[in-house]
Amino acid sequence: MSDHRFPSLRLVPKDEAPQSARDFKTDQEVRWCPGCGDYAILAAVQSFMPELGIKRENTVFVSGIGCSSRFPYYMNTYGVHSIHGRAPAIATGLATARQDLSVWVVTGDGDALSIGGNHLIHALRRNVNLKILLFNNRIYGLTKGQYSPTSELGKITKSTPMGSLDAPFNPLSLAIGAEATFVARTIDSDRQHLQSVLRAAAEHEGTALVEIYQNCNIFNDGAFEVLKDAGTREEALIRLEHGRAIRFGAEGANGVFRGADGELFTAPVTAANEAEVLVHDAHAAGPATAFALSRIADADTLHHTPIGVLRSVERPVYDELMASQLATAAAHRGPGDLAGLLAGNDTWTVD
Amino acid sequence: MTSQVDQSEAVDGSDGDEARAGSGDGRPGPAVPAGPPAPGGPAPGGTKPIRRLDRVIIRFAGDSGDGMQLTGDRFTSETASFGNDLSTLPNFPAEIRAPAGTLPGVSSFQLHFADHDILTPGDAPNVLVAMNPAALKANLPDLPRGAEIIVNTDEFTKRALAKVGYPADPLTDGSLDGFHLHKVPLTTLTLEALKDSGLARKDAERAKNMFALGLLSWMYHRPTHGTESFLRAKFAKKPQIAEANVLAFRAGWNFGETTETFAVSYEVPPAKLPAGRYRNISGNLALSYGLIAAGQRSGLPLYLGSYPITPASDILHELSRHKNFGVRTFQAEDEIAGIGAALGAAFGGALGVTTTSGPGVALKSETIGLAVSLELPLLVVDIQRGGPSTGLPTKTEQADLLQAMFGRNGEAPVPIVAPATPAECFDAALEAARIAVTYRTPVFLLSDGYLANGSEPWRIPEVDELPEIDPQFATGPNREDGAFWPYLRDPRTLARPWALPGTPGLEHRIGGIEKQDGTGNISYDPANHDFMVRTRQAKIDGITVKPVEVDDPTGDARVLVLGWGSTYGPITAAVRRVRADGGEVAQAHLRNLNPFPANLGAVLRSYEKVIVPEMNLGQLALLLRAKYLVDAESYNQVRGLPFKAAQLADVLWAAIGTLDEEDHR
Repeated sequence: MSDHRFPSLRLVPKDEAPQSARDFKTDQEVRWCPGCGDYAILAAVQSFMPELGIKRENTVFVSGIGCSSRFPYYMNTYGVHSIHGRAPAIATGLATARQDLSVWVVTGDGDALSIGGNHLIHALRRNVNLKILLFNNRIYGLTKGQYSPTSELGKITKSTPMGSLDAPFNPLSLAIGAEATFVARTIDSDRQHLQSVLRAAAEHEGTALVEIYQNCNIFNDGAFEVLKDAGTREEALIRLEHGRAIRFGAEGANGVFRGADGELFTAPVTAANEAEVLVHDAHAAGPATAFALSRIADADTLHHTPIGVLRSVERPVYDELMASQLATAAAHRGPGDLAGLLAGNDTWTVD
Repeated sequence: MTSQVDQSEAVDGSDGDEARAGSGDGRPGPAVPAGPPAPGGPAPGGTKPIRRLDRVIIRFAGDSGDGMQLTGDRFTSETASFGNDLSTLPNFPAEIRAPAGTLPGVSSFQLHFADHDILTPGDAPNVLVAMNPAALKANLPDLPRGAEIIVNTDEFTKRALAKVGYPADPLTDGSLDGFHLHKVPLTTLTLEALKDSGLARKDAERAKNMFALGLLSWMYHRPTHGTESFLRAKFAKKPQIAEANVLAFRAGWNFGETTETFAVSYEVPPAKLPAGRYRNISGNLALSYGLIAAGQRSGLPLYLGSYPITPASDILHELSRHKNFGVRTFQAEDEIAGIGAALGAAFGGALGVTTTSGPGVALKSETIGLAVSLELPLLVVDIQRGGPSTGLPTKTEQADLLQAMFGRNGEAPVPIVAPATPAECFDAALEAARIAVTYRTPVFLLSDGYLANGSEPWRIPEVDELPEIDPQFATGPNREDGAFWPYLRDPRTLARPWALPGTPGLEHRIGGIEKQDGTGNISYDPANHDFMVRTRQAKIDGITVKPVEVDDPTGDARVLVLGWGSTYGPITAAVRRVRADGGEVAQAHLRNLNPFPANLGAVLRSYEKVIVPEMNLGQLALLLRAKYLVDAESYNQVRGLPFKAAQLADVLWAAIGTLDEEDHR
């Protein structure tokens, strides 16, 4: 099993036969709105899965409720389309009961951060072997256009005709605060980047949270346009790569720096400050820099939005710890003896 | 002084024929051989007369921090190992340490033990051990005149008396003249016994419950070895405390033997139970063992997803101790995640279980509905407590029946199994697992606080007499074209195939959206939905359950008393009492509440009057009336405590009387 392409999947049976994206498509008609960002994500995931080199039948997609949560119906693996917000809980049960499965959670900003917020943070702190794909379109789509917990303050929607009063969550800040060991962000339309992040998530041992900026062309069209438009994206996006100086803009004209107060800021890179450009360390033990990076984007314009892996650290994995306690108990006390258990230590006999 | 049996018969006679005249009829009993080896002095009976009793009800009462539950548990263990039949009723406040010396802070433990088969913890104690004025005041109304009261006089200070509103000292003002009062300075005696122990006064004082236990152990000839080993094991890391407790325990025993306050001791001979090997067991422990046994007998790994809640947490604690059986326990972030994890594990082929009480069931409702739709095996264990809302967390009630039956959106039928006694919780867990696995459905297991914490002797079953459960996993395609349809049903049970992730060729997606019959694909088709709703209902209605048995010895009874769950003990005791006095009454008890046994309608219709006692406002009666159009009459109580046998006997006599009156008109 050691020659697994992904050592993190060493307990999942390998598939020697070649697979293609086609193997992961189902016969079900995909029913998202034409133009939805979900199509691009689905295609990217389907064409990425063969890379894992594991048995298709040992892959499970679990989702909650919302547009994104229809995802499992379109993946020719095992799948559960569950109830609103609960996918991380259900997937936790499955992943901790079955270490031979690769378990993926598909969720949205409402599903994961509103009704299911509690399950998300606890899955992250436990570090269960789950890969959570959070499609963030900053709106409620399936219920037709109410503001979500990632919608900007003041957003005019059907339920907020005078503007939303809620300060939004920053999903990555939330995840880092919840002790997540792997936190990344990508964009629906950038397949290459999206798959690179999926790859990193699959390599990670424990819970991985991948936020995917996803366009809802019906209720919140163009929410991430500044990050996609050829004319603006170079200035707006910060592409993080571990071990590389964090520079962005045309020819890396701008960089991320740490100020005297410890805060991060962006500034043009000059000959004088070039040596001080922050080098990205996704594996830093402390979460402070990753947290600061998660908040460096301008909330209104989305300028200098980092994408890529913000944080990836090692911590014991919950399901492995659970399995190891079972093994320890069996080693110390022997396998369960039901007759002995039922009798206990204090019996008497009636003739 | 008269014997205790005279006292108990005079007042409560809780259990019908249990109250039959025993050999302890007031005469000095025959000298019996010395009981257990004396812990620190001569054997009981060595110097004092011994009376033989057929049964005794003892209640230990004190502050929440006085260790009354532990004292009761130990006395129970001694009694079980001695071979008496027994039944217990712990009763404690929800607060961990309620304000000391107050009425709400009183914690008690009642134990009924006998030389014959008994069914309840008894209506009224023959003996009350009151560790302070609050314990006396809170429990005195339950005592029959003539009962023995042992009080810790050290706690009867002016301040303590005033705290609970005693205007004068009840120990001296004559208000207890109708009782046999034993005034014992338990604290002083304990401190005296431990003066060389090196313990601080405060620590030494805490052993006074063991002094009381020692005294009662002497009075009733309980074996003492078990308690001494228990104390040494419990305080293994604090040997000084262990020895102090043992010393206090022995001092209490010796005090009974030597002081003139206690003139006699009592013997209750072992009970003649059906042959077999026995142990004492509480409902929650029996239920935990039943779950482990169900895992073993089905070959499915047991997976518990749970969130702590009174009175169900003990099951989580117990199962977490048995990881060598491959049992996984997951303490979730909330009730919803607890059941979610259990359901996820079930999708992966585990025996998924969630344990909770009424408020937790409310939170789990949506996931139970999902399990109904996914048609996966899942056990939902509800240890009912007083409601609504937070209600009475430590008290018993049966008011979740309709929640279990109907508490979900849409048509979402769920089978319900309800054990009748603490030991029966073991069988009920196996039965619930059988139904869940065979029919691919969530199943409710309805226990309650009384069963959970109460205990009784249990004949330990042989492992190979336990039922086997065959999960019958899907192993290959179920269509001729090589396809796999996750909702293609077994025509006999209407169960769908359970195909586990990891099985090649059976990849499928299931969810809470309505599914097309057979393929399981999403379907909004009206006719298909109508069909699927009816099919899910028909699957539950078609579950095979044992017929309900009717106990009607003469066949002439006109009144039937029908119960479910933990009312079995008091109902049966009441029935015995009525019959002992010449009344005719038939009894039946339901273990399966959904579906009902097939013969239930015929049984109900064959009696002129049906009485349904419940610890709710008539939930089973409502179901019976709706389903069978019979005039079932409710008798209800929601006091957080089990019925008393005497109370139910009166109800049955009244029902018999009504019919007789009608005849004479």
